[in-house]
Amino acid sequence: MPSTDTVKAPPPDREPAVKKRSTERPGDRIFRGTAVGAATVILVALAGVAIFLTVEGLPGLTAEPDAMSGQASFAGYALRLVYGTLLAAVIALVVATPLSIGMALVISHYAPRRLATPLGYVVDLLAAVPSVVYGLWGILFLGPRMGDLFRWLEENLGFIPLFAGPAAGSGRTIFTAGLVLAIMVLPIITAICREIFAQTPKLHEEAALALGATRWEMVRMAVFPYARSGMVSATMLGLGRALGETMAVAMVLAASGTGFVTLNLISTQNPNTIAANIAREFPEATGTSVNVLIASGLVLFVITFAVNFAARAIVARSGKKMNR
Amino acid sequence: MTTLEKNPTPVREDMPLSGPRLPAYAPLLAVVAAIAVGGALALVLGAGVVAAAFLAIVAFVVLLPLWSRIVEGKRSAVDRLVAALVWVALLAAIVPLVSLIWTVVSKGAPALSADFFTYSMRSVFGDAQGGIYHALIGTVLVTIAATIISVPIGIFTAIYLVEYGTGSRLARSITFLVDVMTGIPSIVAGLFAYALFVLFFGPGVRMGFGGSVALSLLMIPVVVRSTEEMLKLVPGELREAAYALGVPKWRTITKVVLPTAMSGIVTGVTLAIARVIGETAPLLIIAGKTDSVNFNLFDERMATLPVFIYYSYTQPGLPASAGHERAWGAALVLIAIVMILNVLARVIGKAFAPKTGR
Repeated sequence: MPSTDTVKAPPPDREPAVKKRSTERPGDRIFRGTAVGAATVILVALAGVAIFLTVEGLPGLTAEPDAMSGQASFAGYALRLVYGTLLAAVIALVVATPLSIGMALVISHYAPRRLATPLGYVVDLLAAVPSVVYGLWGILFLGPRMGDLFRWLEENLGFIPLFAGPAAGSGRTIFTAGLVLAIMVLPIITAICREIFAQTPKLHEEAALALGATRWEMVRMAVFPYARSGMVSATMLGLGRALGETMAVAMVLAASGTGFVTLNLISTQNPNTIAANIAREFPEATGTSVNVLIASGLVLFVITFAVNFAARAIVARSGKKMNR
Repeated sequence: MTTLEKNPTPVREDMPLSGPRLPAYAPLLAVVAAIAVGGALALVLGAGVVAAAFLAIVAFVVLLPLWSRIVEGKRSAVDRLVAALVWVALLAAIVPLVSLIWTVVSKGAPALSADFFTYSMRSVFGDAQGGIYHALIGTVLVTIAATIISVPIGIFTAIYLVEYGTGSRLARSITFLVDVMTGIPSIVAGLFAYALFVLFFGPGVRMGFGGSVALSLLMIPVVVRSTEEMLKLVPGELREAAYALGVPKWRTITKVVLPTAMSGIVTGVTLAIARVIGETAPLLIIAGKTDSVNFNLFDERMATLPVFIYYSYTQPGLPASAGHERAWGAALVLIAIVMILNVLARVIGKAFAPKTGR
């Protein structure tokens, strides 16, 4: 950044010049003010999200049970939804993280350059598809196919609690919802991982190869240690997205109210997520049920804010380390 | 010459300089073998095409490293195993994308017609001709309003971050918060707009402008990020040259810095629009659903394309197939809009990139 003040050669022994330098042109002052104002709007908006959600959500904390799907207390109501939200996000991450790291490796290290650029576009394309379209695809295309798989899982692996069944033939279970979420967070994790993998110092990689390492040994010994914190934060950003994703889950998942707290991934009795519950209930809600839904939205906001905050903090810290 | 012939270099046959390698066509051969194994297993077990493909992939991931383990040794085998796995990961990610686009195009194309774009859903019953006119109008108006709100705020914030606030505490915290803001769930943005507008208009408020406010909350961080990156790319020499000519700072920014970065900024804004135009959840909450055309952003419910898709699917009416067909048609239109915006962004970025003159 160049120095911002107009630098003048110090005049021999006249004081007024200093005084003149400190006056700012009115145009400059207005422009600077606008820029600072715009930046402050962002702070105000973020604070506003927290404040308005709290103001409108507070009455929901003491609502009657029939506004909270029959739960006696808001804590019970929220915790059940948080369970479903976390479960769907965990399924999504378990599927998406290895796939994304693999994809990022292909783009940054395995594919020939001519292929890598179009592959990068494909990943961006995956990110560009609107969530409601994913929902439509999940419910009408993926769901019925998953239904067949679920029946097979129930027959052959039914002794594992996760696949206890009875299998939902429509396939509209938390497992399918998690899979759709996985496809949606994939481009986020891949984009960040690929950027970090590409930043690995070339010399480290070449040194490893020169010592006779195979390509995988090079990746394991030169690329991964360098990219570890980036991979962690990429996964956490994906987690943030998976927690807050609404429409795909609202459409794919067949659950109502607070859903069931269960580990069974393939049955018709599913947990529900916060975001999907809001999307489904809000358009018809009146009275205190609106406040209850806003309060649950506040819970979601706090969780995703914390996750994103942690992820960004890790990125910022590792960024400092790399610059040293 | 003679000495060399007398003492030929001893060559030990049992210690070659290079290890045995699989031939270059080995992966291809493994693919063919894997497909054969997968097909045969599927035939024996009576499974479908998907299961056969899955078995073939598993067979490939097992076969090639196994062969390599026998010929080349353990380290090469692991190397080949990982290479096979990462390519399989890529395949696993691309298959859903292809399937999704294929499904949307094949199911959505039959719904498209000139009438589909010029009819609204007002008093449309059953499989009578209905369309997305009202939803298109809503989406365009809401998105334009969101752009009008977020572009000035986003660009001025980026100007502050790059030109004024470098290193200051405010700038650092804003950079951080903008990053965190990109992770706000879209439904929370919708709830925020609702909670804000309820204070002025009372419970049950629905209006298109609320959707714009919610969308701009999602759009601002994208605009700030991309503009900031672009402004940072403007060489400091350009600024210094302007200062040296006695140009005030604000004139330098508007006449030198911004024009230089313009193509990148327009690209960023276009990508931001592409991101929010498909958002459903906030509009579901604050813009609501209607079957009629509404041109007024500040009054009454306003239909938008994503919300139209959602309701055409969840409340298709009778017969359900008509509603579903409209949902697929609208999905195809929405995807087309998003893709066009993405391509447009890249074209702008390429065509109007500042010429370096070198």
